[in-house]
Amino acid sequence: MMANSDNNRRKFMATTLQSVGLTALGGLLWSGYTDEVKASPLVLRPPGAIKENDFLSACIKCGLCAEACQNRETNLDKETGLPKEGTLKMAKGGDHKLIGTPYFIPTEVPCYMCEDIPCVPVCPSGALDQLLVSDDKGELDINRASMGLAVVHKESCIAFWGIQCDACYRACPLLGDAITIEMHRNERTGKHTFMLPIVNDNACTGCGLCEQACVTEKPAIFVLPNEVSKGKAGDHYVKGWDKEDDKRVGNAKAIETTTERSSQSSSDYLNSGDLY
Amino acid sequence: MNNIKYLLLRRVTQVIILVLYFGANAYGWKMLAGTFGSSLLMGFIPLADPYTTLQVLSTGFVLGADVLLGALIITIFYMVVGGRAFCSWVCPINMVTDLANWLRRKLKLDKEEVNYRFLKRNTRYWIMVLGLIVSAIVGISAFEVLSPITIMQRGIVFGFGSGIAVILAIFLFDLFGVKNGWCGHLCPLGASYSIIGKTSLIRVDHDHEACTNCMECKIVCPENHVLHMVNKESIQVTDGECTNCGRCIDVCGDDALNFSIRSFAKKRIAKKEN
Repeated sequence: MMANSDNNRRKFMATTLQSVGLTALGGLLWSGYTDEVKASPLVLRPPGAIKENDFLSACIKCGLCAEACQNRETNLDKETGLPKEGTLKMAKGGDHKLIGTPYFIPTEVPCYMCEDIPCVPVCPSGALDQLLVSDDKGELDINRASMGLAVVHKESCIAFWGIQCDACYRACPLLGDAITIEMHRNERTGKHTFMLPIVNDNACTGCGLCEQACVTEKPAIFVLPNEVSKGKAGDHYVKGWDKEDDKRVGNAKAIETTTERSSQSSSDYLNSGDLY
Repeated sequence: MNNIKYLLLRRVTQVIILVLYFGANAYGWKMLAGTFGSSLLMGFIPLADPYTTLQVLSTGFVLGADVLLGALIITIFYMVVGGRAFCSWVCPINMVTDLANWLRRKLKLDKEEVNYRFLKRNTRYWIMVLGLIVSAIVGISAFEVLSPITIMQRGIVFGFGSGIAVILAIFLFDLFGVKNGWCGHLCPLGASYSIIGKTSLIRVDHDHEACTNCMECKIVCPENHVLHMVNKESIQVTDGECTNCGRCIDVCGDDALNFSIRSFAKKRIAKKEN
């Protein structure tokens, strides 16, 4: 009797240990896989999307945004009355984006920046935040959207070669604000002008109409997500002539590098007179 | 024997639901838009999947009220009609695994359910809890990245991509691997609906007097342990894992199984008699 119950206990302990161990193994594999599939830094999200990391947690993958985008009145084919392909796609297997999340590819269908922004208010989860595309009065304002930033590759942009082209400038919904044309004298010919497209970060929404309009084989202007396309000066560099901006320096934290030598006589070795 | 009333009703329901979802995207219908994760019924009633909602909440993101309300509505609905009615009447994967199961019977691949040591019918509850833990660790809904259910549904509404491989994998697993492998052992969504349906009002009732012990019901039942009372006692099937698919009722030639409204009183009397 005793031996039997001992045996049972040992068996029970072993099974429990194995179950827990296998669960831990499953958890590790599952976590690893999940963490891998969420990494897609080059994805463009709908207007009003919250920060990418939060977006990945928040999006419940329902597709209501994509359906609203595709079925908006302005997207109906005039002949058939059926909706054309919408801007927003739902990531599927093989797209290498987190599966089930909405995104868009400007060269296929850019964001047309609808004034009533049909895709945002339908979001039930809060992954698309209406406040991010509303003005101070709380009214929808698509110009506040920041889906990404258009970047010009000047080596492949034919306007930078001196050839006359303003396709992106003309396609821009915020023409004159998001893209401006800068004129420079063309020294090579001596009598022509370079008309260079310049993107302004504070106005560009990342809609991608410029990228779609670009005439080069592979677009010389293209939209990249904000995280990828933007640098950051940090609080050590301020515009000293701008009083508001100057205040930022207060946030700057000192970076102290301690080497073997500096730890002994940190700041005054030049004045202390015992250099030799 | 060849009655397929409930089977047909289920297939019709499943297909209608998928067609409505498809039409919402393709033609802008307003009846049922979105996907199982979160939907909009008639254009204003929010619906949301409780387990998906829990996963998002586990990541630490505070969801919008629409989703929370939707999850509540769905929970209450399935508490009434039987939690796993979702599995057999709505879920599109059910069609895949039912096909695998049917083929398995036709090909005589196995008669008995093999007892795998770590692939028990309660494995799904472990996976369900693990899914929430992994969601919390990684910060995204863990089951949603590989859920064949929403992959199949989104596939039908928005296009499959290579997601079709997941569906095929489930089919092969259920056909050549474990009998009722996905729906009956692994699916954490089914596990969550099993828990929701524990107290459901619509239940299958067994009449011991009429039963001739042919065991047809146990052959077709995808969760046949819930039919433990067959030819033993006249009680209702109260196990939450019963999917209310009605297949047992279809195949029963003796009218010994029928849908009924759960009677809590009867259960108490039955207990006293014992």
